[in-house]
Amino acid sequence: MATVSLTVNGKPVSAEVDPRTLLVQFVRETLRLTGTHVGCDTSQCGSCVVHVDGEAVKACTLLAVQCDGTQVTTIEGLAQGGELHPMQAAFREHHGLQCGYCTPGMIMSAIDIVNRKGNALDETTIRAELEGNLCRCTGYHNIVKAVAAGAQAMAQAPLQQAAE
Amino acid sequence: MTATGIGAPVRRKEDQRFVTGQGRYVDDFNRPGQAHAYFLRSPHAHATIRSIDTSAAAAMPGVVAIFTGEDLARDKVGGLICGWMIHSKDGSPMKAGPHPALAQGKVRYVGDHVAVVVAETVSQAKDAAEAIVVDYDVLPAVVDGVAAQKAGAPQVHEVAEDNTVFRWHLGDKDATDAAFARAKHVTTIDLVNNRLVPNPIEPRAAIGDYDPGNENLTLYTTSQNPHVARLVLSAFIGIAPEHKLRVIAPDVGGGFGSKIFIYAEETVCVWAARKVGRPVKWTSDRTEAFLSDAHGRDHATHAEMALDENGRILGLRVQTVANLGAYLSTFSSSVPTYLYAPLLSGSYDIPAIYAEVDGVYTNTAPVDAYRGAGRPEATFVIERLAEVAARQIGMDPAKFRRKNYVRSFPHQTPVIMTYDAGDYVTTLDKALEAADYKNFGRRKRESARSGKLRGIGFSSYIEACGIAPSQAVGSLGAGVGLWESAEVRVNPTGSIEVLTGSHSHGQGHETTFAQLVSDRLGVSIDSVSIVHGDTDKVQFGMGTYGSRSGAVGMSAIAKAIDKVIAKGKKVAAHVLEASEGDIEFKDGKFTVAGTDRSAAFGDIALQAYIAHKFSGQDLEPGLKEGAFYDPTNFTFPAGVHICELEIDPDTGIVSIERWTAVDDFGVIINPMIVEGQVHGGIAQGVGQALHEGAFYDASGQLVTASFMDYRMPRAADLPSFVVETTVTPCPSNPLGIKGCGEAGAIAAPAAVINAITDALGHEDIAMPATPQNVWRAAQKTPMRMAAE
Repeated sequence: MATVSLTVNGKPVSAEVDPRTLLVQFVRETLRLTGTHVGCDTSQCGSCVVHVDGEAVKACTLLAVQCDGTQVTTIEGLAQGGELHPMQAAFREHHGLQCGYCTPGMIMSAIDIVNRKGNALDETTIRAELEGNLCRCTGYHNIVKAVAAGAQAMAQAPLQQAAE
Repeated sequence: MTATGIGAPVRRKEDQRFVTGQGRYVDDFNRPGQAHAYFLRSPHAHATIRSIDTSAAAAMPGVVAIFTGEDLARDKVGGLICGWMIHSKDGSPMKAGPHPALAQGKVRYVGDHVAVVVAETVSQAKDAAEAIVVDYDVLPAVVDGVAAQKAGAPQVHEVAEDNTVFRWHLGDKDATDAAFARAKHVTTIDLVNNRLVPNPIEPRAAIGDYDPGNENLTLYTTSQNPHVARLVLSAFIGIAPEHKLRVIAPDVGGGFGSKIFIYAEETVCVWAARKVGRPVKWTSDRTEAFLSDAHGRDHATHAEMALDENGRILGLRVQTVANLGAYLSTFSSSVPTYLYAPLLSGSYDIPAIYAEVDGVYTNTAPVDAYRGAGRPEATFVIERLAEVAARQIGMDPAKFRRKNYVRSFPHQTPVIMTYDAGDYVTTLDKALEAADYKNFGRRKRESARSGKLRGIGFSSYIEACGIAPSQAVGSLGAGVGLWESAEVRVNPTGSIEVLTGSHSHGQGHETTFAQLVSDRLGVSIDSVSIVHGDTDKVQFGMGTYGSRSGAVGMSAIAKAIDKVIAKGKKVAAHVLEASEGDIEFKDGKFTVAGTDRSAAFGDIALQAYIAHKFSGQDLEPGLKEGAFYDPTNFTFPAGVHICELEIDPDTGIVSIERWTAVDDFGVIINPMIVEGQVHGGIAQGVGQALHEGAFYDASGQLVTASFMDYRMPRAADLPSFVVETTVTPCPSNPLGIKGCGEAGAIAAPAAVINAITDALGHEDIAMPATPQNVWRAAQKTPMRMAAE
């Protein structure tokens, strides 16, 4: 067993884990934060995307022990004081989800796209940047709209971004 | 229309939990003391099992128990069933082989279930499974449906000679032959409808939980129809009596048909839970999903269309071989028969149709319903034929369709169906306008100037949804009725719970069903909760598939609401001291007609429960009503999808430039949700046409068993879609709803392939039209065409 200590959604956590434990298993099974999902076993679907030190990563590609000392944000850590993050609100407003299973990973990736590419995102950019996230329900049409709207809303809510 | 009533694009009530990570899917549940199951699967497509030695594995760390087919047989656990009886044209019943949940003596496809290890952790179960020694006698395998019927092919099941489960037919052969005999032109095509893997992003999962105190079993499962799962597990597989088995299907992450069926894994988990006296959990990984979720499609078809001298369709003759895989999955036999051939008339007035369908066993994963289920296959046949026929006789494909459309309703086709309502010409006109069809030639020339081949393709589909009138499907071999149930419980404070047998796994029932209640009872949508997916809460239900939740499920709710209003009037009559016949209900108020005496819905609910204003002899207290709704006909959504695309002949890459969809879904409850359903359906249909294909090699290995190998559509593969509607209300249900869930997947493949063949100038392209396939096909395109 190995000890891992990190900060998840602003709270310090520490646990003894089997060294082969993936970050996504640690988040889901040890911390019982089940909003982060597993949709494949080849790092293709993006359902498990979380932020590690502010960058989007597929939590199925990292061992928990590799994240020792990092700051991890999961989908549960986005809303602040009962207020949805602008990207969460945009997915709801633009019907960017159906079954909801890919949604946490989509939202975490979308925020990362905005962090990297800015708040004015065109359709081509959004579609290209969503390469690593699969959705089987929406045909991506409304996800693209939601990401564009969420990106703009994030520009108007700098405090929210800072909180993340 | 109120802000939350019928027709309003209400934002979804369920989204708050999904966008915050608070959804509760099966794998998010953990039961105290839970152990984990891992299935040892066959690495061979076809083999006799000489022996299974579990002794070394059983001694490994954390192992709780290991079970094989022998253990299930010893406990008299029944095999998995196929719930639809098909008779061959000679009258004989279909030849179904045994389908044990764990193999007994033989394995028949790669991924077939050989043994289950129950251990403290998943990792320990996997480690132990590797230590199980299975002695296989490997047999030759057959993976192709047509090859399976040839003499000398390996036999998958002894009972099915030539691997043929049924030789079924539909329609009038003599009348059809006569139509062909007088035809001026006959168009012939051979098509393969490629095998697909449904791939909802949530993999299947199951937890069996046994309570020895009261001998109750609970199964948490990723199901589209938990009551049907309970019925089958109880009545046919013999897991437990129905009243001792609770099935919970909580949030389910997409289904597309693949979560209708009752699979080996949940059967074994719920049985093993009692066996080991602990909860047993299994969650599929993606590779297991590819290997063992029921696949879709896989037809090989020869089809002919007879035309008169004016381009009118005289007849249709279709022969299809449907690959059913190694076992008959729950509804597999109905998909290539009664969900397929009755739709071959498309939206056209065709006097004579004759279809023959052979269902065959192969050494591949079972094939069953996948979004559209039979109707995409039928649409691909008729819409490819229509396009090719129009081209061969030199008629514009839109004109050809217009000429042959059904114009009056009801319309009886020669293949069972009675189309009840539609207006195909208006839909086509709207689609042509939205697609700017008249300027396509200019756009094609512009593409040619940059060395690209531009094409346009139509798909004027029809589907039969709202599945289905119980008596009708019963006469065709269905083992169940296909009505739906609802219960509307009004609480003393006026808030409402609606219990429904429909199941939401992305469709947004918690919103649309609440809209209906809000609309009819004049209450706030926030005071309505939709309860589904738990057999302990909802008495019975048939679940969600075949675009039936609106047309059938909501009709049941509407019926129950009518009963609530009728009971409310009785209560109001006592409260308002008027006769029941004088009470009117409108906008959430009970009013004595012609007076200003009224009581709000919530006040009457309270009065119904406190029962101070009437005696028990006059009226029962309470306000709760149930209804079962059995539809009187299928519904017939129809529409026109137009795909415009560009091919780069140097790379074979296809780029979809415009997608226009005009659909007639009848009355729409929530246009935002309906459009979303269309988008998703189109994406799956485009996936089938351009990207997706499940391929087995000759030895029966699935070579497309991960998202690395099986090409799922991604965001950059698709354009934004233009989605519009026309409305002819459905006369066959009280709400006028036709259904929308499958339309895109039904329409899209033909539209894409018709556009590609239009661009290429020849018909020689198969699905999936991958860049390699398109590049090869483009090499056959004459230079003249390319430069045109």
